[in-house]
Parts: sequence; C-alpha cells; structure tokens
Amino acid sequence: MHKLFFHGQTLHLLPSGALYWPARKTLTVSDLHLGKSERLARRGGSLLPPYETQATLEKLDRDLEATGAETVICLGDSFDDLAAADGIEEASRLWLVRLMAGKDWTWITGNHDPGPIDLGGTHRAELKALPFTFRHIAEPQERAEISGHYHPKASLAGQSRPCFLADAARLILPAYGTYTGGLRSKDASLVTLMAKDALAILTGPRVLAIPMPR
Amino acid sequence: MTTLPPTLSDWFAAKGWTLHPHQTEMLARAPDPATLLIAPTGGGKTLAGFLPSLAELGPNPPPGLHTLYVSPLKALTADIRRNLGRPIEGAGLKIRVEDRTGDTSYSQRRRQRADPPHILLTTPESLALLLSYEDAPRIFAGLQRVIIDELHALAESKRGDQLVLQLARLQSLTPGLRRVGLSATVENPPALARFLSPRTTILEADPGPDPDISMLETEAPPPWSGGGGRYAIPAILNEITRHKTTLIFHNTRAQAELFFHDLWLQNAQDLPIGIHHGSLSREQRERVEQAMTAGALRAVVCTGSLDLGIDWGDVDLVIQVGAPKNVKRLVQRIGRANHRYNAPSKALLVPANRFEVVECQAALDAVRDHDLDGEPRGPGPKDVLCQHILATACAGPFDAESLYAEVITAGPYTLLTKQEFDACLDFAATGGYALKAYDRWQRLKLTNGKWHLRDPRAAALIRQNLGTIIDIETLKVRLRNQGAPLGEVEESFAASLTPGDTFLIGGQVVRYESLREMTVEVSKTPGREPKIAVFSGTKFATSTLLADRILQIFQQESWPSLPAHTAAWLSLQREVSRLPDPHSLLLESFPHDGREHLAIYGFAGRNAQQTLGLLVTKQMESQGLAPLGFVATDYATLIWGLEPVTDPKPLFDLATLREGLDAWLAGNAVMKRTFRDTAIIAGLIERSHQGRRKTGRQATFSSDILYDTLRRYDPDHLLLRITREEALRGLIDFSRIEQLLARAGPRIDLKRLPRVTPLAAPLFFEPSRIPVEGAGRDRLAAAQAQALMEAAGLA
Repeated sequence: MHKLFFHGQTLHLLPSGALYWPARKTLTVSDLHLGKSERLARRGGSLLPPYETQATLEKLDRDLEATGAETVICLGDSFDDLAAADGIEEASRLWLVRLMAGKDWTWITGNHDPGPIDLGGTHRAELKALPFTFRHIAEPQERAEISGHYHPKASLAGQSRPCFLADAARLILPAYGTYTGGLRSKDASLVTLMAKDALAILTGPRVLAIPMPR
Repeated sequence: MTTLPPTLSDWFAAKGWTLHPHQTEMLARAPDPATLLIAPTGGGKTLAGFLPSLAELGPNPPPGLHTLYVSPLKALTADIRRNLGRPIEGAGLKIRVEDRTGDTSYSQRRRQRADPPHILLTTPESLALLLSYEDAPRIFAGLQRVIIDELHALAESKRGDQLVLQLARLQSLTPGLRRVGLSATVENPPALARFLSPRTTILEADPGPDPDISMLETEAPPPWSGGGGRYAIPAILNEITRHKTTLIFHNTRAQAELFFHDLWLQNAQDLPIGIHHGSLSREQRERVEQAMTAGALRAVVCTGSLDLGIDWGDVDLVIQVGAPKNVKRLVQRIGRANHRYNAPSKALLVPANRFEVVECQAALDAVRDHDLDGEPRGPGPKDVLCQHILATACAGPFDAESLYAEVITAGPYTLLTKQEFDACLDFAATGGYALKAYDRWQRLKLTNGKWHLRDPRAAALIRQNLGTIIDIETLKVRLRNQGAPLGEVEESFAASLTPGDTFLIGGQVVRYESLREMTVEVSKTPGREPKIAVFSGTKFATSTLLADRILQIFQQESWPSLPAHTAAWLSLQREVSRLPDPHSLLLESFPHDGREHLAIYGFAGRNAQQTLGLLVTKQMESQGLAPLGFVATDYATLIWGLEPVTDPKPLFDLATLREGLDAWLAGNAVMKRTFRDTAIIAGLIERSHQGRRKTGRQATFSSDILYDTLRRYDPDHLLLRITREEALRGLIDFSRIEQLLARAGPRIDLKRLPRVTPLAAPLFFEPSRIPVEGAGRDRLAAAQAQALMEAAGLA
C-alpha cells in the first residue's frame, strides 16, 4: 500500500489498483469492464476464457473485505457495454448484489457504459465528495479530481505494470478489470495532462512510486 | 511416358541442355499420385518438378488452374516465375504463370480468383487464404498437380503441418490431384515421403561428389569460451581474397552483427562485404541480394536467412562460424557453394571456442560418413488443426465426420483420434471452456448436421489471422532526420534502452535517441563500444547425433586429427579427472573462489542443460545446499553455491525432476510465450497489426492475463494442454533429459576434485549466467524505485 496525501486527505493506493479513502470509508475502483469476453463473442470475435467477471469480482470482494469500506464509487466503464450489463450472468449479478448490499454505491457513467444500468446504487455523470470530484475522464482545468479512463501503465526494472498517476491537481486510477490493456504513461495524452512533477505509483505485489516516465 | 512439347525439346536442344536422369524420370512418373524428389542444390530440382506440368499443359492449354507451386519463401516464387518464363516463352508455349503472395496487389488477387493462371506460384499462407474463400471449389476445380518446394524446410515447422492439411482439403476438392515434393538431402526420406502423402514414391537424384570440407586453421588457437569466432578474422579475410564469393554463416543475428563490425575494422583491402539477416529491413536485404546477384560482393555475413532461396552461382566458398549444431543443416548450407551440378562444394568450419573444436571435428566425421541427424517431430500440432477447422468453416458449412476423415489423411495427423479432433472442433465452436458461457454466441453452430459460422462477418477476422508464423513484435530503427530504416529490433529490446545507449545494427554502432511513433530513432556514433542487440534469433541446441559423436571422440586413446592445443586439453582432463562417456553421467564437484561448484556433463543440448540447471538447483535449494546460480552450454551445466554436493543420486531422480518441472512450468515465462503463440495460431487471440499499435492505445491486453486466468479457472483447457506439449518439446526439451538419465541409468558418477578441471574451466567464461531467484526481483525493483525517487529529489 502507498499512502498519498492529496488535498488535505490521506489516500491509500492499494496493490490491486483500488483507492481507499479511510476518512470516509470509501473504496474507489475504475474501469472494471465487466462482460468484456461476452461482448467480444457477441460481435463475432474470439471466445476468450469467460472468467474475467468472476476474477474481477473476487478481487473487489477481497478489497471490500480488507478495507471494510461502506461507500463504493465505480469510476465508469464498469461494464464493457450496456448490453454486457444487461447480459451479465445470473451468478455474477447475484454476487454483485451481495457486494452492494448495505453500501452506498455509486456508478459513474463511462464512455463504454453511458446510460443507466439495471442494478441498484446511484447512477451519476460525476460525483462531488468534498474536497474531491470523481468522474470518468479527467478535465484539464479541474483540481482535486479523481478519475480513470486511461488505463495508465509504466515500466520498472523491465516489467510493465498498471499504475496510478498523481500530481498536485489530479489522481488517475489504473484499470481494475481483469481483461484490460494499458496506455503507457509516455503517451502524449498523458504527458500533456499530467504536470512535470507527476508520480507514477505502480501496482503489483509491492506498490512502488517513481517519477512518471514521460 | 509423358513427353515434352516438341518446341520445348527443341529449345532445350538449341540451348545445348540435356535433361538430367532424374528430370527424365520425373516425366516418366508424371501419372504417380505422389513423388518425393531428393536432389542436391544445383541439380535442376525445380525444373524437374515442373517438367510434367509443361508436358501435360502442352503448347495450347485450355484455361484453368493446372499446377500449384508452393514455396516457403516469397522471394523464391518471383525467382521461379522468371526462370520458368524463359523456356515457356522460348518454346512459344501459351502457358500463363503468375505468383500470388502477401505482396500481390489486391486487384491482381481478385482477378486470379476469377480467372486463375495455368500455373500459380504461392506460399502456404496465401494458399490458406485462397482455400478459405467460398469459391475455392471453383478456383481449384481443374487442378492436376501440386509442387511443394523445399519440403524438408517446411516439414520442420508448423507451416508444413498447415500445408499438408491444405493438401488434404485440395485432394477432397479434386480427387485426381498428384503431389510432388522437392527436397534437399535429408536423414530419413521415408518419413518425409509419409509427410507428403501416404502414397509417395521416392526418387533420389545422384547426390554429386562429396563436399570439400575442413576446419579452418588459424595462427591463434580459438578462445576458451564464447561465440562469434572473431579471433579468426585475419584467416577468414585471407580466404575471402582467395575466392570469388564467400558466404559466412553465423548461428545468431547478434553474432553476425558483432562479427561484421569487427570484420570491417580489419578489412584493410576494402573488400566489398555485405551483411544479411532477418532483422535487417527488407530494402537493405534486397540491396545485398541484388549486389550479390550482380557479382559486386566478395562476401556476405549471414544467418539462416540465406539457408534457402535464390541460387547464386558464383559462391565458391561457404564458411560456417561457430559449431554447426546440426549436421543436416550444415550439409544444406555447404550446398550453397558451387551451385553447379557435379562440382564439389567447398566449405570451412570455424570453431568459436575449444569445445567447438571437438564438435566441428565430430561434424566433419558425420558429413564424411553421410550420417545426418534429425529428431522425429511428433504428431501434428493441435493449434494448427484448430486454425484449419476455423478456416474450413470460412469456406462454407462442413460435416464433422468428413472433415475428420480428411484430416487423418495428412501425414502428421494420421494418428489423431476422433476424440482429439472433437476437442479441437469444440474449441473452435464454443471456446471449449468448462464453464459453458457462449451458448448464444458460439463461433460455429451446428445446423442440419453441418457446422457453419454463426456470424458470417467473423470470416474476415479469421482470415486476417491465418498462418502459423508468429512475428515477434518489432520496431523499426531509423537514423534521426533520415529516411530509410536501418532495420528492426524487438520491442522488448527497445523497451530496455535509455537515451545514450549504443547498439549494433547493420554493422554500425548507433546511439539510442528516442522512441517516436513506434520508431526507434538513433544517431551514428562511430567507435563507441556497442551494447549488444539481443535479437531472439533461435538458439539451436547441438543435435543428439553430434553430442554422441563428441562423446565417441572423447573415448579415443589419442587425438591425431584434432589440433594440438585441443588434444593437449583433453589429455590433461583425462589425467586430472575423467572424460565423459556415453554410458554414464559425469559430475565434477570442486571448490573455487570461495564457492562450491558442480559441473554436470550431460551433452543434452543447450535447452535441456538449461532446464536441468533450473530443476537441479531447485532440488539443491530444498536440500539446503544454497545454490546461487548456474550457467548452461550445449554440453554442460555449471552450478555454484555455498555447500558441496556429496550425494548426487537424489538430485537426478527422474520422478522428482518431473514433479519439479510441473511446479516450475506453471509460472514460467517460456510457457507464457508458448501460450501466446499457440493462442494466436488456434485463433483465441488476434495478431497485433502494425496499424492498430500505432494508436498507442493497447486495445488488446497481454496474453499473460489469459494464461493466468485459464490456469486459475480452467486448468484442463485444451490450449493449456497444447501449450504444455509444445513447451516440452521445444525450449524446455525435457525429453533429452529423460534420454540422458535413461542412458546413464544408475551410473551417475560424482568426482570430487580439489580445483577447477580443464573441462570445467571454459564454463566459467560463459555469459548468460542465471541467478537462482529468491525474492530477488522485487528487492531489485524496490532499490531501483528508491534510487529514481532520490535522483528526482522526491525521496
């Protein structure tokens, strides 16, 4: 775990790629892309091992258990598309319902899941929880913002890992879903977005912070 | 007997050509269902293959495809088209010959489907694509003959397995199809014949005179270890000046680069010398090929990229640098010299180190005895079959029973059971998962007893992924502000570079500047020491045949045929310890430099010796012997650690090793890499295309994630089983460890010695030492992160 002091608050950056805000007992995850293999299959693509929803939910279950979070924010692209949200298998849906039970759960909309989904919780385009603004895609002028979307990753000692990106204004979360690729922090879109002194905090067995490779 | 058109015979006569006996014989055998012609290079093999077609087509053939020619190389199809054009035009025959490869234009390919030529020249991949079209039955309706060139090379890879499955398909479309295979010298002609067709007869041409082959004598003896043979450069330059054109073969691209660089530094006479290997850009390779054809080069430093291909008549010397590892490949390489029939080829072997002197001697003996090596390839790979099933579905609905009956007529698949076939079909149709998730979205559906694509649009995707060649992700290398690319490096190598690093490409030392739009930008830095480019050129392991011959040489009383320095080295080893023999496994244990060492002389080839190192150190770890690392060569593994080995038998217990293998394999990088290849071939994941990667966004994610997911949730999945089979017979090479232990039996002999032995000494200079991993990797990363943060003033 890596502790980040961000706009007066202490945040825990977890090895799984989730973000925990102890003061508010809030767990934030981004880009779950549930139902990705189903969507690819539906479109006539290849038939990937259909276990990624299960794997992602197991990981989420563990993080909720370990942190004791009471509030959950999913930062968008929680489902690979709206049909994937509707077509989610019964076992996975029940599991999700169980995880949601008794929690204040917010689904932020993403570019993959732009509409409301037929599951409980609150659906929003963005969420203000002072001092932070939670949304799917970062806005360049915003401050104290927590977002996802880019699936950032960076390399250290020859290994590439999903990572958090942080500077004075914003924190970008890695993709939490099992079947998600990554965008190198060196990519122009991230280099322009993030300040010169930004950090990349790599997920993995040990959370490690390095100056953001650019 | 089938006769040639009179105008063609006249044309041959006018040119003063007479047919070789095997060429006439091919005409006589024209009606046979399948013929394998084995002839040396320069024997007019290709013409022999085409003569029956020219005879059958005659001066005025009706339209329609008559003969299909398949070669492993695109360049070869273009060359054949030109060569075949000459007699056809010369004799005024109205035969249309066209090639069709990945380079053929879209409009040309469309036209060929509507109106095929009489003779179509193609590659296995282009043929796969052609067969996947719905109009395949019409295109191939009149097909009479198929000619497979360089069959020996194709038969060694999955391209060959795919090709024979396609031949089975073609045979169903046109039952009268006759097959011809053309091959260089091979160790087991009947096996190759069965690969081509169950009904093949073999025709062996006169092999010509034996090659003139010897070891290059140099003033300085070869070094104790390492590769590259740079010590021999003065002697090699001398040979180049004494011959017209010399090909200098190396076993790896990195070695070819290093050698070429040094060769230029010592090339006082400014002899025109080029370099040719698979990592150079196509433009650059073509320039070298053209200069070679024009006779403008005195030598070319090359790798396996020149093993096959266009005949260069002027080559009069082949030099093999580094032990040849495999006698058959050596013989085929030697054939690159003197492409004239009935003239002996001339070749020189240059051992790169002392061990290789013995291996080169063993290779010379084997060539002299016409003793060729070859490992049987085992049954046809199932990932190729999965792809074949998908490709077949693209062409139209099929019946499972008939497809199975067809598949088992293909040589490598004759022993395939219906159950195995069904598993592959199930994978292609549903993904084959234990969790039945895709009922609605199956790839193939069964309707009225026939399997067909659920979504016809899927065909485009499947076609894009046809073929069994897996490209390693590479990036182009360019000089900053200049146009032409210098070549390519692997993505993983590019990722390891930081600005200022230097490496060798195309014989020049360049400095890494930046990575821009998927291109590595470099600048020239003459004279700097290069960081070596790590191309993953295949690391061939010394063949069993050569290893056995080396052990035989060790048993001699004395070694008159070996250079004196090497004979003295072996005598000294015999005096202070023992030489390894074929009937036992020799181990030496000795202290050195504060560490305990164990040398294992398995002679099982580099891959198996490496696997052995991993497995034995694991055992040593659990016995508290504290191994620290090991290094493996083709002949031996050297392990160092804190405690001496006193009781070796438990370390080499086959059952324990196998158990360790299973545990170790699971998380192993070799497995993940093998899985990726298998998953691409079987159609689970798509190849990444240059254009898609350009966006920078990785829409696709690493195949490692799929591997880990399958291992966790569906460990018995077909693709995991295939991956295991493939890895075991490939890089892990466990079968040679089994052979070794079976051969040695209880005779695992440990010699305890006070110091390093002559045979073990060279092992200490070997690069690529492998540390035995504890929690090392994470600690390394943490230390590096700390240093980076401190450097940035953030700690």
